[in-house]
Amino acid sequence: MALKGIRVRVEGLTKHFGKVVALSALDLDVKSGELVAFLGPSGCGKTTTLLMIAGIYQPTSGSILFGDRRVDHLHPRDRDVGMVFQSYALYPHLTLFDNIAFPLRLKKTPSADVRQKVQQTADLLGIAHVLERRPAQVSGGQQQRAALSRALVKEPQVLLLDEPLSNLDAQIRLQARGEIRRLQQELGVTSILVTHDQAEALAMADRVAVFSTGELQQFAPPEELYDRPANTFVAGFVGHPPMNLLQGTFADGQFTVGNVHVPVSVTGPAGPGYLGIRPEDANLRGTVPAKVVLVESLGREQLVTLDLGGPSVKVLVEGGTKPSAGAQVGFGYTPPSLHRFDSAGTRIGS
Amino acid sequence: MPLLPPRWRLLLLVLLGLSIPIIAGFIWLLLTGWFDRVHGLIPAGGFAPENWRFLWETVGGRPPVFVALRNSLIFAVVVATAEVLIASMAAYAISRLSFPGRSLYLGLVLVLHAFPAVSLLIAIFYILRLLGLFDTLIGVILVKASLELPLGIWLMKGFFDSLSWEMEMAALVDGMSRWTLFWKIAMPMVRPGLLALATFALLSAWGEFIIPFTFIVSSRSQLMSSYLQSFLTEAFSDFGMFAAVGLFYAIPVIALFLLGQRYLLNIYSGGVKG
Ligand SMILES: Nc1ncnc2c1ncn2[C@@H]1O[C@H](COP(=O)(O)OP(=O)(O)OP(=O)(O)O)[C@@H](O)[C@H]1O
Ligand SMILES: [Mg+2]
Repeated sequence: MALKGIRVRVEGLTKHFGKVVALSALDLDVKSGELVAFLGPSGCGKTTTLLMIAGIYQPTSGSILFGDRRVDHLHPRDRDVGMVFQSYALYPHLTLFDNIAFPLRLKKTPSADVRQKVQQTADLLGIAHVLERRPAQVSGGQQQRAALSRALVKEPQVLLLDEPLSNLDAQIRLQARGEIRRLQQELGVTSILVTHDQAEALAMADRVAVFSTGELQQFAPPEELYDRPANTFVAGFVGHPPMNLLQGTFADGQFTVGNVHVPVSVTGPAGPGYLGIRPEDANLRGTVPAKVVLVESLGREQLVTLDLGGPSVKVLVEGGTKPSAGAQVGFGYTPPSLHRFDSAGTRIGS
Repeated sequence: MPLLPPRWRLLLLVLLGLSIPIIAGFIWLLLTGWFDRVHGLIPAGGFAPENWRFLWETVGGRPPVFVALRNSLIFAVVVATAEVLIASMAAYAISRLSFPGRSLYLGLVLVLHAFPAVSLLIAIFYILRLLGLFDTLIGVILVKASLELPLGIWLMKGFFDSLSWEMEMAALVDGMSRWTLFWKIAMPMVRPGLLALATFALLSAWGEFIIPFTFIVSSRSQLMSSYLQSFLTEAFSDFGMFAAVGLFYAIPVIALFLLGQRYLLNIYSGGVKG
């Protein structure tokens, strides 16, 4: 099975539900064969976007293009997409075989072809031995694979996955993550994966689109999201534990918040803004006086919460030097790793 | 079977006591149907198969009983079929589609359901006469089906409401139209509801009396219920034959239960996970 991936473009895509703006003016360009993850908190419009691409929802405005073809007024069946839903949405009254065969039969595929394609897809996903059972009679992982098989069996141009892993338990989830990615790369199908698990998005996707309340915040490869977050939302959302964000004023080579002064090497105009330092880039060997408030063990490392005399920050400390609560330390960071944002939250500098 | 705790035994006795009048009624019916006379619940006089002679001869100018039986069967089956079909389509539309006037329609259905049908009898009489459907089987079928529809719509709406939206979305993505989706996905998934509605509709139509009694006068269109009632109107009522006809009238219902029982139990216990 080899699929023909296609370029997916979304221009000015907007969706209103009555007064609720679920998505506003989204522009997105997904390359052929790419896997893009939609990442964002609950209710930010990820599913809505996916359903518009699938053709379930009509956009309020904007256009959707597959290749050079505009598809936003086509019925879902004419769009050639496969979709996996969060609840899997398998038909409970049909066997897995009939579930997977369903889209083929609707296309009036000859029954010998149906049998062969269903078998091939089921083999690929390792559920060939449970095809005669109904959804209620197989495990959650097998249901998930059946849903994926049903999406793939019609050899779609675009594969849409709405939180396909969120109903699996942690162990299978890791395994399924790898499998989906491997399959997607082998088949070369253009894919969009919705998730609110950043680890999943960063691990699986070629590029990640970060959403917040109906707006795209950043669309970039995982490393770039991490190294150069476009704004304070992405900075706080991507990375675990989250980045420390301090609001204050930049002037004369230092950043001031209250009566705390942090030396800053990055260039940029003086004025109010945000300073961002990731816990893993911070250390206890600096010059800013701080008091240890809390030490949490993460196994190999300790997450230390510091009070800078007003603002508090979190620092990730390697094992060995275990500080104790109440101790006085000096807060610092490894110089090039600092992020600066203006007062509106937009990144300054590279 | 484990012995019931004493408190339960007491409860059982109370329930039994409450059921005695009904049980006695059934016993009376059975005995009176087969014996000459019954005093209290004790048969007196001999075994009386002639109570059942309505089966092979016409009694006192009435139509043959099999005409009434056939009419009742047609009436019940057509009413139930129409009700299930129309109610499920209407309920699906109300549950899933948004169209102007949807909530008004919903409220109207509720009001209609609460409305006592008997108060409409005279109005319905005029309408049937106007349409030329008075004293016809099709006329009473239409009346009964429309009066029962609101209940059916509400029942089925509840079932459709509980279907998952994602399932329907999946069907659309798989290539279905809304129409095929309704028949191939939605309807099979509300099968317990369809079955419950069909059973209720069938029983309600089978036992329906006031509508056929009011709107059918000629004997060739008579239903079982009015046929049975006609044994009570004579100066001298033949209780024995009345009971026999009553038993005969109940046979199809009992047969339906015996045949359908296993199927019904199967359907209701066939739950679905996830
Ligand atoms: N059919 C609908 N009718 C009205 N409002 C809707 C509908 N679908 C979504 N919304 C609203 O649109 C917004 C975006 O919803 P959406 O389902 O796209 O969020 P999401 O990012 O997928 O969230 P989650 O991670 O919880 O699935 C929410 O405010 C939601 O309440
Ligand atoms: Mg969602």
